[in-house]
Parts: sequence; structure tokens; C-alpha cells
Amino acid sequence: MSQSTSTMGNEKIKTSRRKFLKTATILTGATLGYSWLKSSQVLLFAAEPKDETLPWYGIVIDIQKCIGCGSCAKACKSENDVPVEPFFFRTWIEQYTVKNDGTVDIVSPNGGIDGFEQRVPTEDIFKSYFVPKMCNHCSKSPCSQVCPVGATYESPEGVVLIDEKYCIGCRYCVQACPYGCRFIHPVKKVANKCTLCYHRLKKGLAPACMEVCPTGARMYGNLRDKNSDLVKYLKEHTTQVLRPHLNTGAKLYYNALSGEVR
Amino acid sequence: MAPHYQHLYDILAHSQGYIFPNEIDLQWGILIVVYPFITGLVAGAFILASLERVFKVKILKPTYQIALLTALSFLLVATMPLISHLSQPRRAYEIMITPHSSSAMAIFGFVYLWYLTVVLLLEIWFDYRHSMVVWSNERTGIMKWIYKILTLGVSDITPKTLKWDRKLGYIITVVGIPSAFILHGYVGFIFGSIKANPWWSTPLMPIIFLFSAMVSGISLVLLVYMIISYFRKKVVDVNVLDAIGKYLFFVLILDFTLEGLDQIQRIYEAEESFEIIKLLVSSKLYLTLFVSQGLIGTIIPLITLAFLQFYKHQIKLRKTMYFIIGILVLIGVYSMRWNVVIGGQLFSKSFSGFTSFKVGLIGLDGTLMAAFWLVLPIGILAFLLWLLPPWKMVKEED
Repeated sequence: MSQSTSTMGNEKIKTSRRKFLKTATILTGATLGYSWLKSSQVLLFAAEPKDETLPWYGIVIDIQKCIGCGSCAKACKSENDVPVEPFFFRTWIEQYTVKNDGTVDIVSPNGGIDGFEQRVPTEDIFKSYFVPKMCNHCSKSPCSQVCPVGATYESPEGVVLIDEKYCIGCRYCVQACPYGCRFIHPVKKVANKCTLCYHRLKKGLAPACMEVCPTGARMYGNLRDKNSDLVKYLKEHTTQVLRPHLNTGAKLYYNALSGEVR
Repeated sequence: MAPHYQHLYDILAHSQGYIFPNEIDLQWGILIVVYPFITGLVAGAFILASLERVFKVKILKPTYQIALLTALSFLLVATMPLISHLSQPRRAYEIMITPHSSSAMAIFGFVYLWYLTVVLLLEIWFDYRHSMVVWSNERTGIMKWIYKILTLGVSDITPKTLKWDRKLGYIITVVGIPSAFILHGYVGFIFGSIKANPWWSTPLMPIIFLFSAMVSGISLVLLVYMIISYFRKKVVDVNVLDAIGKYLFFVLILDFTLEGLDQIQRIYEAEESFEIIKLLVSSKLYLTLFVSQGLIGTIIPLITLAFLQFYKHQIKLRKTMYFIIGILVLIGVYSMRWNVVIGGQLFSKSFSGFTSFKVGLIGLDGTLMAAFWLVLPIGILAFLLWLLPPWKMVKEED
């Protein structure tokens, strides 16, 4: 009797062991499979708005409205503690002058903060215009993709931000941004860039550059809200992003963007 | 302390055309030139060692341990230029603790550790274990204990165990070859995957880095072998040089072809960035690309090596020629790293202008520091050769 009990006990142990192994294998397999799938998603790196209760910010710059006064770049520097030296800009303005001979003259003295003087003689000018530049807050941002520690990230509202306490200063993100929007802050020694004045957005205020623009050339808004002014503007105008072939998912749309601009 | 901006004003004064205002200062300087150069030497030296072990190229036997120890010496230093160029070097460990899975750079620490511990250290340990056990028995005093510690307490030298040492060492070499390919191909990928930069962004970049790595590693081992023989007052076996030279010749042809293919593709497609790149190579990179990398580092060694495949007289002359080729190839590969790293940052991403770059002598990012990181591995190698002299190893029967 005792013998048969012990045999039954062994079998019981064997069965439960088999069951355990089976469950463990399934769980491990599922975990590995999931992590593999997840990493594949990471490779595709398509950021999508997740929280639908939050806005999904986009920006419009109307080149036809910009007068090159430089107020935006100036306001940005004082609002965001950007060094005044002409090597560090979260936003700047470029002046394009297409000459009659087809060549293009591009300048941005001190980022346009002090305004512009046309250096091409009037008779040689085919056309001229100003292009304000800032972070494109890409939804497939190359800078976030390459950050080795994840110090650069996209906020749930689609704003590309940097954790200054976490950035190791490897400068890979500066290399990866095709628009030249990043720099290393000379005092903080970490990467720095436009935050779309996230601190102001959170209080319901407009970014500093947009607040001061005298002609309303810059706009921001909720791309998710089909009734927002921004979406209406995009519907009524032919807009384009910079470097569309790079597929960065840029959310900065330019109206009247000319082919010379990069 | 307030930062100084004078050098930036100087660069601004020397910039040409239009560059984005944030692009005045180069982000990656000479240390990032040194880093891929060093990892390339590691990968190349290891691959040469593997030739002997896996493909049984007996003639290369005298260079086997030398190549492994050379690889180890340089690998130990490889991370230093990287860490010292960070703006926040004290946060460097974050890359290991919280790596960002989509970042090419985040994987570096793991590839590096894998290569260092699983491949190089283990392989060298299996190779030297027998000798270290014997040395610890022969020596007295502190050296006895050092060798004893290095054996990690595994003092069994019965033929059966030694056979296992050889077997496991062989397996590690086999695993090591793809690892060496990954280590350096990966370094190429760091640059090749940056779509914002047309001078870097090419799928050929990892492969080009790999072949140039092999070229540089083989040349380095050739030089180290000759220099060691000189100091040991031993005759350099010219047959060994011929064998290394033959491999160098073939790999250099492949390297030259791949780099040529990359440039031909670029010229023929002549994409958006072509004009600015044409200006870049014909002005800013003229000396380092056409003269230093092309002529000195590739064409002259190729012609000389081709000549040496047929001309087999005058041993002394041949030795001198191999020595000079080794140096020229190293200059060429260093220039290649320069052309990639610095060249890729000299032109603006607006494709409308250039910034300028001048290496300082002192400072963390200066020439002296870069030179230090290049000389340090040689010191480490000298120490390793003293500690683990390949020529005093206990002979084993194959």
C-alpha cells in the first residue's frame, strides 16, 4: 500500500513538473516573442499620439508673413536662457535672396536677432524672403532615435524634449538632426533645443516666439482637433515640411515654402 | 567659470557660404577620429590571429599571440577617447544601465564587453593557461602569485585538460571572428545610419569600416612583429612578412574597391548633396583624402605589395619595404577615419557652406590627448609582452 502511494506521489510530482516546465516554456516564449515584436516596433520607430485626451501639437510658419524683424529669436533667447553669443539658437531666421543669375544668397547674421540688411543690389534680385527656423518636433524624430540613454524623448503632446539631468553629452543627437536645430549648451554641458516653450504651453500660454511675432507668421495648434485654427489653416493652404524625403515626420509646416530652402 | 567663445568667433570668421548658426562648432573632434581607428586596429589584429587558428595558416604562427595581445592592448583603451569626449563623462555609465533600444550608440557598451570578456580575454586565457601554470611553479616571490592568480586557480595541466583548453580556445576564435566583424561593422553603422548626413549615410559604411579595420590591424601586427624581433635581436622571418603581405594585399584591394564603389555611386547618382560634397573633397579634404588616404595610404602600398608578390629577391630590401608599407597603410587608415569623422561635419546640413576645424594642442579634446590614447596601448602591449611572453610559452604538441 505504502509502495503504491509513493509511486503515485512520484507520478504526481512528474506530472506537476511537466506542467511547470510547459508553463515556463510558454511564458518564456511569449515574453521573448513579445519583446521581439516590441523591438521590431522600436526599429520602425513611428511615434503615434497615444493619449487622445491630450493635444497633439503642430506648427505652421507662413513665410509670406515673416518680415525678418528677429523678435522671435530674441524673445526665445531671453525666455529660455539661451546664451546670447551667436552660436546657440533654438530659433533663428534666414534670409534667402535668389539672384537673377539663379544663384542663391543665404544669410542669418546673429540668427536674425538684429534684423537684416540686403547685401545684394536690388537690380540683381529675382526674389527674396525670410524663413524662420526652429525644431520641427518630428514624430519620427531622428534625434530621439539615436539618443543612447533616452534623454531625448517625445512628450505625449508630440513635443521633442530633453532631460537635462540625464543627457550624457555624446552629441549624437546634434549629428542626427537634419535641420541643425540642436546645440550643446556651453554652461549646462548638455544638448539643448526648442521645447515649443513647453513650460508655457502647460499654462495655456503661447510659445515666446509666437507671442511676440508682430505679423502672426508663426502658429501652433492641436493637430488632433479638426476644428482648430491650425487644422483649418492646413486645409486652406498648400503647406510643406522641410526635407520630406528624410521621412522625419516633421510637424512644422511651411506655407509658401520655396524649393531653395533646406 | 564663464565659458570662452573666442575660438568660436575665429571659426565663424573662417566659415564659408551659409551654415546653420548652431553648426559653427564641430561636435566630434579628434578623439572621435581616434576611437574608430583604435577599434579598427583591434578587429583587424584579431582577424589576422584567427587566420592562423581557424584557417590553419601555419606560417603566421609567430604572429598569433602577438596579434591577440595587440588587440587586447588597444581594446582596453578603446573606450577612453569616447568617454573623455562626453560633455558629461560622469554619466557615461547610464549607457550601460539604461540603454535606449533604438540607438545605434547604446549597443556599444555591450558589443565592447562581449568582445573584451567573452572573446579576447577568454581566448588569451585558454592559450596561456598551461604556460601560466608552469611559470607559477617555476617562479618565486610575487611573480609566482601573479601567475597563480591569472590561472584563476585552474592548475590542472593533464593532457586531457590541455586538449579541452585548445578545443574551447578554438570555439572562442570561431565565435570571435563574427564578433570582430560586428565590433567594427557596428562602429561603421554609427556613422552610416545617420540619414541627416549624406557623407556618412551609406549602407556600405559598416563594410568599408570593416575592411579598413582589417587593413590597419594587419599592418599593425606586421609592424609590431618586426619591432619585437628587433628588440629581441631575433631575425625577422621574411616568409612571415610575405604571408602577412599577401593578406594585406588582398584585403587592401577589397578595401580600395569598396571605397571606390561608394564614391563612384555618389558621383554617378549626384544627389542633392553632390555639389557640396564635391567642394568638400576638392578643397577641405584634398590633402587628407587624395594625398594621405588615397596616394600614401592606398595606391603606393598597393603597387608595392603587388610588386612584392612577384619580386622575391633581396631579403633586406623586402623587409624595409614591408616596414614602410605598414606605416603608410596606418597613416592612410587614420586619414580615412579623419575624412569620415571630421569631413562629415565640415559642410553644413544646409548644403550651402562650410565651417572650419582646427585641432588644439592641449585640452581634453586636443592633439596631445589623442596622441596619448594612441601611445598608451603600445605601453600596455609592452607590459603584456613582458608578463606573457609568447616566445617563452610552453610548447604543446598539436
